[in-house]
Amino acid sequence: MTFAGLETAGSATGPWGRESRQLFAAGPFADLGRHELAFGRLTLERIDRSFISDLEGSGLTGRGGAAFSSWRKMVATNRDRGRAAQAVVVANGAEGEPLSFKDKTLLAHAPHLVLDGLLAAGRAVGAGQLYIYAGEASLATLRSAVAARRENPRIMVVPAPETFIAGEASAVVNSISNGVALPMDLRRRLSSSGVRGRPTLVFNVETLAHMALIARHGAAWFREAGTIGDPGTRLVSRSGYGAEQVLEVEGGASLPGILSRAGLDPATMHSVLVGGFHGEWVHPAGRQLSPPGKADGGVHPGAGVLHVLPAGECGLEATAGMVRYLAAASARQCGPCMFGLPAMSQAMDAVARGGHGPGPVQELERVSRLVDGRGSCHHPDGSVRLVRSALAIFSDDVAAHLAGSCTRFATRDP
Amino acid sequence: MSTELHIDWTRCDGRGLCTELLPHLLARDDWGYPLARRDRGGGLSDVEIGVNDLAAARDAVALCPTFALLLRPSP
Repeated sequence: MTFAGLETAGSATGPWGRESRQLFAAGPFADLGRHELAFGRLTLERIDRSFISDLEGSGLTGRGGAAFSSWRKMVATNRDRGRAAQAVVVANGAEGEPLSFKDKTLLAHAPHLVLDGLLAAGRAVGAGQLYIYAGEASLATLRSAVAARRENPRIMVVPAPETFIAGEASAVVNSISNGVALPMDLRRRLSSSGVRGRPTLVFNVETLAHMALIARHGAAWFREAGTIGDPGTRLVSRSGYGAEQVLEVEGGASLPGILSRAGLDPATMHSVLVGGFHGEWVHPAGRQLSPPGKADGGVHPGAGVLHVLPAGECGLEATAGMVRYLAAASARQCGPCMFGLPAMSQAMDAVARGGHGPGPVQELERVSRLVDGRGSCHHPDGSVRLVRSALAIFSDDVAAHLAGSCTRFATRDP
Repeated sequence: MSTELHIDWTRCDGRGLCTELLPHLLARDDWGYPLARRDRGGGLSDVEIGVNDLAAARDAVALCPTFALLLRPSP
């Protein structure tokens, strides 16, 4: 079984693939009428705490990057909140990752599916307030989608800054509570103390869209796609070679299979960045897109980014550019990240330039060790993951650069 | 139940007091920030505090000029 999903050739208005029955089944830029025509109206009154058991049965995990199980998050919120405190649910549509555009695409074409999921999640935890947090490009669509609905509680639309870190869960809560989209050190979990001290659930918008379908069709239906360990489908932002595309792929899908479906020849695609700037470079052969521990040869999909290294581009130079970006994207709150990422970036630049002997590679490994795990959010850890994967996957290039050449180019200027 | 010393990296300024009180557990990195001498898995950040170090760890929490430290049960 395959799902064609949609394809966005460079922009969200591009040609559509074969209609899928899943997230984009209502077609391009679906309003409430077309949404209800395609999916049927969701009877929210029927949704209560028992929806958490449906989510448990479905095995749905977060599609924003961490792949945490959705039902466990809800149980934690129901457990951790005080007797009086009403929970808050936030739909997180902030998509600061430069190579990700699946959430913007989803919000443009299927805003009502996301709102259905948000309302269903709200009912499952008895939420008193619902928010949808998204970048400038999605706000107009979301405001008119919210205006078309008369549900209670009302949904508040909150603008997210276009920074890399703005979508990190504690930054989302900080932004909504205090207007500062920077990560916080969590002495208490968000499930017990989040937005204005209330127990808070932050779900990626795609996760909520899946919830909207599980609420309609049930857990067994969701599991018809994907594998036992990684059920359902996920959206992928595919870039780096030809037109950009959003694809809906099944859990555990093989990387070469996804590339063929995208119209590329997997045999010529040697290096793919999976998961985005916080992800890892891999050789696609024999690898599957699946969260850790769910498949042999699994590569963590992270936020669903697949970026193919274009032929003729050097992976080390591409990575050096990404690490420069990551260093600049530090929130500059935590010392090891504020000082460590620029040091990593310098060493990575030196490796990419080449011809300096083994010094920069050793320095890169040493500084990575100083940065890894030493921050309030996972920005340093994600950056280290990217660098380590580049040194492993492009090891031939590292050796060539040390000798003053490059495997991608016949000759290099010194 | 064992205890860990949590470093709030958003507050830590690398003044180094904790590294002087717990020199066998914490070193300083290139920029002066506390660096766990042992990796518990997941990086050189928070450290496990044994009973013999509990008094010194409590001092570190109380004396940290940026209130960046917290003693809490290990996860």
